Amino acid sequence: MKTKELICVSCPIGCAVTVTLDDNNEVVSVTGNTCKRGDSYARQECTHPERMLTSTVKVIGSRLPVVPVKSAKPVPKELLLDCMQEINRVTVQAPVHIGDVVLANILNTGVDIVATNNA
Amino acid sequence: MLQYDLVVVGGGPAGMAAALQAHEDGVEKILVLERADTLGGILEQCIHTGFGLHYFGEELSGPEYAARFSEALYKTNIDVKVDTMVLDISADNVVTAVNNFDGLLTVKAAAVVLAMGCRERPRGALSIAGSRASGIMTAGTAQKYVNIDGYMPGKTVVILGSGDIGLIMARRMTLEGAKVKAVCELMPYSGGLTRNIVQCLEDFGIPLRLSCTVIQTHGKERLEGVTVANVDEHLQPIPGTEEYIPCDTLMLSVGLIPENELSKSAGVALDPVTNGLVVDEYRETSKKGVFACGNVLQVHDLVDYVTEESKLAGAGAAKFIRGEKPAGGTVTTVGENGVRYVVPQRINRATDKDVKLYFRVGRVLENVTLTVTCGEETLISRKKRKMTPGEMEYVTLKASVLEKLPEDAKLVVSTKEA
Amino acid sequence: MKYDVAVVGAGVVGALIARALSRTDLHVVLLEKYNDVAMGTTKANSAIVHGGFDAANGTLKAKLNVRGTELMPQLCETLHVPYRNNGSLVLAFSEEEMQHVHALYERGLKNGVPRLSVLDKSAVLELEPHVSGEVVGALLSETAGIVCPYELTIAAAENAVENGVDFIRNCAVTAIEKAPDGFTLQTTCGAIEAAYIVNAAGIHSDDIARMIGDDSISLVARKGEYYLLDKAYGYLADHTIFQCPNKMGKGVLVTPTVDGNLLIGPSALDVDDKEDVDTTAKGLQFVVEKAKRSVPELNLRGAITSFAGLRAHPTTDDFIIGFSEKSDRFVNVAGIESPGLSAAPAIAEMVYEMLLEKTKASERVDFKPGRKAPVRFRNMTKAEREALIAKNKAYGRVICRCETITEGEILDAIHAPAGARDVDGIKRRTRAGMGRCQGGFCGSKVVEILSRELGVPMNEITKFGGNSKILFEKTK
Repeated sequence: MKTKELICVSCPIGCAVTVTLDDNNEVVSVTGNTCKRGDSYARQECTHPERMLTSTVKVIGSRLPVVPVKSAKPVPKELLLDCMQEINRVTVQAPVHIGDVVLANILNTGVDIVATNNA
Repeated sequence: MLQYDLVVVGGGPAGMAAALQAHEDGVEKILVLERADTLGGILEQCIHTGFGLHYFGEELSGPEYAARFSEALYKTNIDVKVDTMVLDISADNVVTAVNNFDGLLTVKAAAVVLAMGCRERPRGALSIAGSRASGIMTAGTAQKYVNIDGYMPGKTVVILGSGDIGLIMARRMTLEGAKVKAVCELMPYSGGLTRNIVQCLEDFGIPLRLSCTVIQTHGKERLEGVTVANVDEHLQPIPGTEEYIPCDTLMLSVGLIPENELSKSAGVALDPVTNGLVVDEYRETSKKGVFACGNVLQVHDLVDYVTEESKLAGAGAAKFIRGEKPAGGTVTTVGENGVRYVVPQRINRATDKDVKLYFRVGRVLENVTLTVTCGEETLISRKKRKMTPGEMEYVTLKASVLEKLPEDAKLVVSTKEA
Repeated sequence: MKYDVAVVGAGVVGALIARALSRTDLHVVLLEKYNDVAMGTTKANSAIVHGGFDAANGTLKAKLNVRGTELMPQLCETLHVPYRNNGSLVLAFSEEEMQHVHALYERGLKNGVPRLSVLDKSAVLELEPHVSGEVVGALLSETAGIVCPYELTIAAAENAVENGVDFIRNCAVTAIEKAPDGFTLQTTCGAIEAAYIVNAAGIHSDDIARMIGDDSISLVARKGEYYLLDKAYGYLADHTIFQCPNKMGKGVLVTPTVDGNLLIGPSALDVDDKEDVDTTAKGLQFVVEKAKRSVPELNLRGAITSFAGLRAHPTTDDFIIGFSEKSDRFVNVAGIESPGLSAAPAIAEMVYEMLLEKTKASERVDFKPGRKAPVRFRNMTKAEREALIAKNKAYGRVICRCETITEGEILDAIHAPAGARDVDGIKRRTRAGMGRCQGGFCGSKVVEILSRELGVPMNEITKFGGNSKILFEKTK
């Protein structure tokens, strides 16, 4: 048995969470979280950490040169910089609306990249 | 001269929420004046997520959060003028503004909501020695260049100050291909949210150097490097700890200052600690009919709290316009023993709802007992594992408790470490 | 191109000389190695017009200071440059210093300085209630004033160009060759021929003189550091407040600026590098300590910015103005340290007279002495603002909120003769970015407007020319 101290990044409160793992690195318990998100964050973080990714993509025909985007769901943390390379290759044509998918299933993660502003 | 029931100065999250709440509460003629070319304020450039978890139960980006309000607002009959700069608010609530389609505008308002937001503390306020090279900018300015204008403001970056914008920009610049060499923080603790230190710095291996500052900038034209040094307990650089870090950009995230120049000209009282306004539980300022909300009142870490506060201001303005706002005997609030300030600074005892007292501590506190007292009486007592200056806290006072307080009572929010 | 006169250096001295020469039928070019006028000593000094009591009797400094101070008010009015006759005080903190004040008074009388008087303690405190109670007395000079040095230079250059002078920026002189009727100047913009050269190259005027074999000028770069405080602290001083001078200069002063800010400085440190305008922790600390001696209430919380400038200190201790011993077609205007700004109008007059006599040029009848008054939206009445916006919508769009500067004013600054080409140039001409937020909000908008008006991408816009670019490539 061992314990791991984490700061939950699910929301801006940033709870200090303690995770207890058994010898096979399986999560036994999560304490210190103040909501459900903290529990699932802690379990996720100990097995395969994920992060939301936000950036911009080039847009043509808008008053602005770029439109902001986000991953519709968190993507594996280790793929963040690889995902950026994919996002940097995208160009969209205005009009763009909030929620429009600008890049589907990025790097086969099953996660779409969607616009977060109108352009 | 135009006539409105309510004029809202600023169309960011605070102004939009206040206008919408006032509209919902039956105020008929509302005008929102916004300096930028769209509603949304600073959220338009805050493209990271984390907004709305409290208020919407969803993780939104800044523009998405703003759009929830601007779309709702444009569905109402609230008048909006963007690209419009307010120049003056007179003693009798006449708002003078200017734009390039109406020219000069004068608007007589029954009530005014001040929602101008805040600005970043610039380099000059820090007195860093060295050159006047380009490449020294506030983190917010850099954020606009990257996220709105689509240009890289730097390639190798040192960030001074660990405020949230600085932390967010450390990650943002890294994702866009820049090398962030260090985030230096003068204080022994970070000014930003813990979660941002984890996901913006630790995730990318960016060092956070506490008790460290930039003492000199180098480079005649574009910045070429900075000298950093550790500081002692009096925040003075320690000789012998100087280190030169080559970089082409120095970003400053060293504090936000409520933008209250208009408030001053309108003759509204300011709180010397928050640099914001002195308000009551409905966010009415020292001047009748003038309300304030958002970062112009106190610098918030979470937009969700801005929305909450702004709805109070909108509701208060609506009550004021209807002549129903409670007035009369007030109690005052004050922070002691590590509590730097409390908002609201005064509360009507006869108020019609529970009141949240928002406050910040002045240093990191652990195993704290937080109390709200009135004379000898303890109204609230609560244990807290950790409190940091970077995080705004609140406690809720029941209307039933407030009602029973003696006239001119002083409520003290205080902490005690175990 | 072939010119009658090439003026090397567009600081306050060079620009005023070029303007003075534009009264004549001489064909004049004003060469500047940086991206704008007023980029050297002119942009970083005390911005004051001295009474003229300080310089030793019989020196050029004394003569030209007194004459320049006399010319300044009218010149500023003609060119629409902010100037205020606020008067100055030299404080004495001991009986010994009081003797020095009396000596300055006597010297001032000999220099021909009008309206000087010696005040006792109570008279000083009545004039300046925030001055230290330790003060014993002071010398009051009622003709002293304050002026915006870069605005004077901008106005002079603008007026010179309107009167036919060619202004070439980013044009550094690298060599000078003698030609049959004058010189060929090799520059970073190609060869330029001129019958006469006026060497007004500031801290570099010794280097320029050496290009014709004149090594008689010896300059020391003396760094001066300053703090600029917010307008909220402007109330601390109404007069320009000096301390008793020492051998390195006139000591640390506390003065209001024409914009209502408070300026304190300078330090004085001789440096080897003529481009070293870095501020130093030591220098700034020195400034604050010394200034507090005059005005103890000073507080750095009000600091908006700090900066440093280099003074061209001549080892002879006096201005060097006259034809070079190597050529009677080459005029040196060198070693113009304090009171150089005060003397500048008189220096221009002197050089003008020298060249008029030498060239037998004639005065033009169509010389326009003034420039168009720049629009200052923030100072206008409601009616004036309405009329202005009705004429041009661009004056209805506020770009800099701290200083209330409109897009129209920024466009004027760019399109003026010898107009702004960079962000600092806009700042000096309009004050956009000079306020509390120091360009945090308007900086990117100014870059955008410059980019649009000059027809170059945003990442080619600089802070002050050269490689002082603000942005790198596009993110996408």
